[in-house]
Amino acid sequence: MIRFLLNDQIQEIEKLAPDLTILEYLRTVEVQRGTKEGCASGDCGACTVVIAEPSNVEGKLSYKSANSCITFVGSLHGKQLITVEHLKQGRQLHNTQQAMVDCHGSQCGFCTPGFVMSLFALQKNQSAASGQAVQSFDPANPVNPTQQRHQIELALGGNLCRCTGYRPIIDAAANVLSEARSDSFEGDQFDQQETNTWEQLMALRSEDPSSGSVSEASERHSSERHFFSPKSINELTGLLAKYPQARLVAGGTDLALEYTQMLKPLDVLVYTGSVAEMKTVSLNDASLTIGGAVSLSEAMPYIQQVLPEFANMMERFAALQVRNQGTMAGNVANASPIGDTPPVLLALDALLHVHSAEGKTVIPVNGFFTGYRQTTLPAGGVITEIEIPLNKTDWHRRVYKVSKRLEDDISAVLAAVMFKVEDGLIVDARLGFGGVAAVPLRVESAEQALIGQPATVDGIKAAQAELANTLKPLTDVRATAEYRLQLVQNLLTRAVLEYQQPEQAVTVSSEVSAHA
Amino acid sequence: MRKVELASTQNNEPNPQALGSATSQQERAGVSLVTGAVGKPSKHESAVQHVSGSARYVDDLIEPANGLYAAVIRSPIAKGTLSKLDLSAVKASPGVVTVMTIDEVPGHKDIGPVFPGDPLMTSTEVKFFGQVLAVVAASTEMQARRAAQKAVIEFDPSAAGYNQPLLDPRKAVAKNSLVRPSHYMTLGDVDAAFAQSAQVLEAKQHVGGQEHFYLEGQVSLAMPTEEGGMLVYTSSQHPSEVQKLVAEVLDIPLNRVTVDMRRMGGGFGGKESQAAQWACLAALLADKTGRAVKLRLPRQDDMIMTGKRHPFANQYRIGIDAEGLIQAADIEVIGDCGNSPDLSDAIVDRAMFHADNAYFLPNARIAGHRALTNTVSHTAYRGFGGPQGMMIIERAMDDIARAVGKDPLDVRKLNLYGTDSVNPERSMTPYHQQVEFNYLPEIIEQLEDSSDYRARRTAIREYNKTSPILKKGLALTPIKFGISFTLQHLNQAGALIHIYTDGSIQVNHGGTEMGQGLHTKVGQIVAQTLGVKLESIQVTATRTDKVPNTSPTAASSGTDLNGKAAQNAALTLKQRLVEFLVAEKSTAENPLTAESIVMEDGMVSWGSSDDSNEPETMTFAELVQAAYVGRISLSSTGYYRTPKIWYDRDQAKGRPFFYFALGAAVSEVLVDTLTGEYKVTRVDILHDVGRSINPAIDRGQIEGGFIQGMGWLTTEELVWHEDGRLLSNNPATYKIPAIGDTPPVFNVELYEHANDEATVYNSKAVGEPPFMLAISVWSALRDAVSSLSDYTISPDLDAPATPERVLKAVMDVQRQLAETSLNQEAEL
Repeated sequence: MIRFLLNDQIQEIEKLAPDLTILEYLRTVEVQRGTKEGCASGDCGACTVVIAEPSNVEGKLSYKSANSCITFVGSLHGKQLITVEHLKQGRQLHNTQQAMVDCHGSQCGFCTPGFVMSLFALQKNQSAASGQAVQSFDPANPVNPTQQRHQIELALGGNLCRCTGYRPIIDAAANVLSEARSDSFEGDQFDQQETNTWEQLMALRSEDPSSGSVSEASERHSSERHFFSPKSINELTGLLAKYPQARLVAGGTDLALEYTQMLKPLDVLVYTGSVAEMKTVSLNDASLTIGGAVSLSEAMPYIQQVLPEFANMMERFAALQVRNQGTMAGNVANASPIGDTPPVLLALDALLHVHSAEGKTVIPVNGFFTGYRQTTLPAGGVITEIEIPLNKTDWHRRVYKVSKRLEDDISAVLAAVMFKVEDGLIVDARLGFGGVAAVPLRVESAEQALIGQPATVDGIKAAQAELANTLKPLTDVRATAEYRLQLVQNLLTRAVLEYQQPEQAVTVSSEVSAHA
Repeated sequence: MRKVELASTQNNEPNPQALGSATSQQERAGVSLVTGAVGKPSKHESAVQHVSGSARYVDDLIEPANGLYAAVIRSPIAKGTLSKLDLSAVKASPGVVTVMTIDEVPGHKDIGPVFPGDPLMTSTEVKFFGQVLAVVAASTEMQARRAAQKAVIEFDPSAAGYNQPLLDPRKAVAKNSLVRPSHYMTLGDVDAAFAQSAQVLEAKQHVGGQEHFYLEGQVSLAMPTEEGGMLVYTSSQHPSEVQKLVAEVLDIPLNRVTVDMRRMGGGFGGKESQAAQWACLAALLADKTGRAVKLRLPRQDDMIMTGKRHPFANQYRIGIDAEGLIQAADIEVIGDCGNSPDLSDAIVDRAMFHADNAYFLPNARIAGHRALTNTVSHTAYRGFGGPQGMMIIERAMDDIARAVGKDPLDVRKLNLYGTDSVNPERSMTPYHQQVEFNYLPEIIEQLEDSSDYRARRTAIREYNKTSPILKKGLALTPIKFGISFTLQHLNQAGALIHIYTDGSIQVNHGGTEMGQGLHTKVGQIVAQTLGVKLESIQVTATRTDKVPNTSPTAASSGTDLNGKAAQNAALTLKQRLVEFLVAEKSTAENPLTAESIVMEDGMVSWGSSDDSNEPETMTFAELVQAAYVGRISLSSTGYYRTPKIWYDRDQAKGRPFFYFALGAAVSEVLVDTLTGEYKVTRVDILHDVGRSINPAIDRGQIEGGFIQGMGWLTTEELVWHEDGRLLSNNPATYKIPAIGDTPPVFNVELYEHANDEATVYNSKAVGEPPFMLAISVWSALRDAVSSLSDYTISPDLDAPATPERVLKAVMDVQRQLAETSLNQEAEL
């Protein structure tokens, strides 16, 4: 049985299709149709809902936006699903809704519920973090407009609007933020109910140990279809051993497309999100270790602390709704040649901690990817942790993502360029690339061509030639092979230019932020 | 004291020109709009429902019990002859109730909107990837979609052209593969003018198409009615056409079909002609099963199966004098129409009508071809060919500037059409319409100043000299966009107004609400005309049984046409109420005149001419109640047709446009010459909406149109495989602008000037024109690339200017510079 709050109503579900998405559930089971389907692939944000769950502070909830079209209902156990219908109090609009009305933020209105929910999450996270956020601002100028604009873009980058051109929505978001920051802001009904809701959710979670798992009879075969929520790694690996056909769900943001786009049934799903051992992040001088069920959003503050170049790129990893659900382990295990974290993890010599019913192993990322969407992950194995060694603190490290659109776009090329310079010469190097082969690729021959060379535009020429010789990228919908090959070489140029002249902006984003 | 507006004719004998001029004469006589609903930034009529999730779209309606869901079976290849279409596994799939092919269609099998060529389904020849072969209905949406996957489809590999689609529009024209005959316009003596030109330039360009990406996909819900007819809820810009086609396909009279359209989640032209197919298929299944049927295209189906903005292949040859003044222009535009005519004849015409944009071409020859290719049939999209036509002349302006060594803005200003006072002889378009009321010189002057163009130009040249990798670009481009349907008969509209006994008012008109705020504006117009509060007005769903025989909501005409029709209906009602009041309140010693009655803000007041007496008052509701008791009809229709317009296509001469909408934009970009990535850093816009009916809505149209146009020219790239499959078939591969693409500095101002033509409250159409202001972004990108050559080379840059294309342009310029310096060294 799973139990969750649909707005303020407790839902107890015994029988459930494991692959039922929250969007289908809302629109067809509950017939609550304020939440819209724009694409059913997590790319437009029209279906955005907010999922609240107990945070690590007693009595406090964390609020995260999510694409309901690619999130399974099974993952809601012990959480609160908040939809657009729930924001009004009687006839009184919620202040996020009122801001959208006041700023003329809707035209056709179809994307609007999704924007409202993203704004709601932004407001909740702003009020939760307000004390801390305000301190980092200049006291004479408490709201830095460029920082605020960036904050708004991060919050709403996964919501597409085709009508307004976004300006009025940006204004509405600014209104919401300034209201949330003001001393007179007393919070909304959610804030007033927060402790109650927290207690309700804790109670829903604490029942019998099998809670969070549901099944239904299959139309197609005699066995049942299942959504399992194991609570421990042992339980999880046991399920994977018992159900060899099972699919692992962490965020499910890519897996769900098999169902929503290709219409394939997913009969046995094993969800990692309730495994407490996989939900921790640890940071020490030697390494940063990110649990397999930690969302990308939860991991980002830690990454920001020690690997800011990685974190800056991660702001362009899909969009917030996806980062709130998706995990780094999922991105690695998915083994897409256009995943954004694998090239960086390759360059950082990251290690994968893998559990299976057979026991625990550690697999270096280098060598993990063996073919298109193929890896050395053992059958029944799960990545429980990713360990990133922090032994390159004195390296020049750059991560570049090139795509047609800045936000929420898949890379044409992703390049992680890292090298160590001693006495003007490169003594060690790592080059990780995405989008240039059937797998995320580290190019060791080009790394070798860098070693012993000066970190200058001339010094990298041999490495560039090596990249041009070795790489055989594809032409596809995102870019031609020629462009990709040119990019990997030019991004090497950019990395050494940034090394040589750190004060001279050579990227559009650095120039824009320097003069904002 | 304001005078009462009176309808000059009975509504049953429509004389729209007289009605139109009566209103405008009053306004020109100085009836100001300081009070009333018009001119206020009222919120969208559905804003509260939008933000609450209570605004209902077709897919949100609760389906009738026992209703079915449909899914389409589509061709997996772009060209071929079907040898087998086995649907037995589809029929056997769980939940399936019925399957239909073209053979079972009782009536018309072709739904081409103007010319035939759009079969509802095909069971023989496939002409494009995604063409509908059959349709299935099942108990749930998922069952229908999974069943559709089970069709067995085979083609005859020996048939001519099997899997070898024709995709290149230039090749198509060379092979005379056309959906409609070519059209030509001529002005002056082109050959003689070329002979006298100091310099002749020429260039080719490819302008990409554009996916509409309305957030709400195509959807229809068809419900059989007891009289053997059909009630259809559809997301369509053209309910009357859906009504007609559903009736024809079912082989029943139009009076049995009712189409209801409350709102669309975006249209942009994509639901003008191409919403009908899905409505017809749903109606066929509903008719066959006797059950309600909903057909909603999943996003990928929608992107694959519906037409887009036409890609264009353009070229020009232009003769100039030493200053860069155009002497002669020979322009060719080729629209890639896809597999059928659809609306392409008018779309390519509009591209030709805008190949001059804002510039006087004293001797011009303009050719427009309509290429037939094996893609989905391209269709209406905001601007309707106009943007693609403008692109070629705007490219020429930049090229001329590089050729004569001037700032492109100076070349643009030099070549503008004349005004009533300056160069009035420079006013004839290539289609022989005189350009009147041309405020562009003033608009450009004002914008040049407010955007600080000259100082920024200097600063950018300096920046580019010292910045090795990053380069900035700047461009100011104007637009002059012709307003009216070029198909004359579409320039008419109807409305229906009911006043109820509590004083509340229901308005219905032929236009459809797709987010553009049409219902809000029409509500404001009726409120203004009747002197009531906007809150008293309810504009209801567009329905073919309320206002018949309507035109599509398209060509930016929604408010011009329907607003005027609604105003005329309101004037008729106002006249009845005033006449009633005069009759009621006049006495022999104290005659009441119509002129002394004031209706304003929900109050009616009247008084004697003797100013010492306080005027008597009553509420509008009280007047209505009294009129009802007095047996006065409180319901009226209204009608309007646009005056002055005509076009003789055989001669390519006429006045196709009632007036022109004008505007200009300055865009600044920052380009990374290592990757081709860029950002639009600042945009300034000054746009002419005449007298604004709602400045907030107009600003929304300008900003939204601009960003959509920017997407068309930058990140939105349609990619077809050489076998004709659309590869950019979902939002993961087709990138419309996201929030971070909105420029950090975005200054938008309305140019305040009442329309000189007698439009409703002297406003101007605003839906499409601002879209083309985004050409300034493309031009600024070329400017940044040109800076690599110190503005001597005018780079090729096809649209959309993706980072990849920008990098290619950069490398082309670098290569040309290297070759030049090699040649110079060789000469030394």
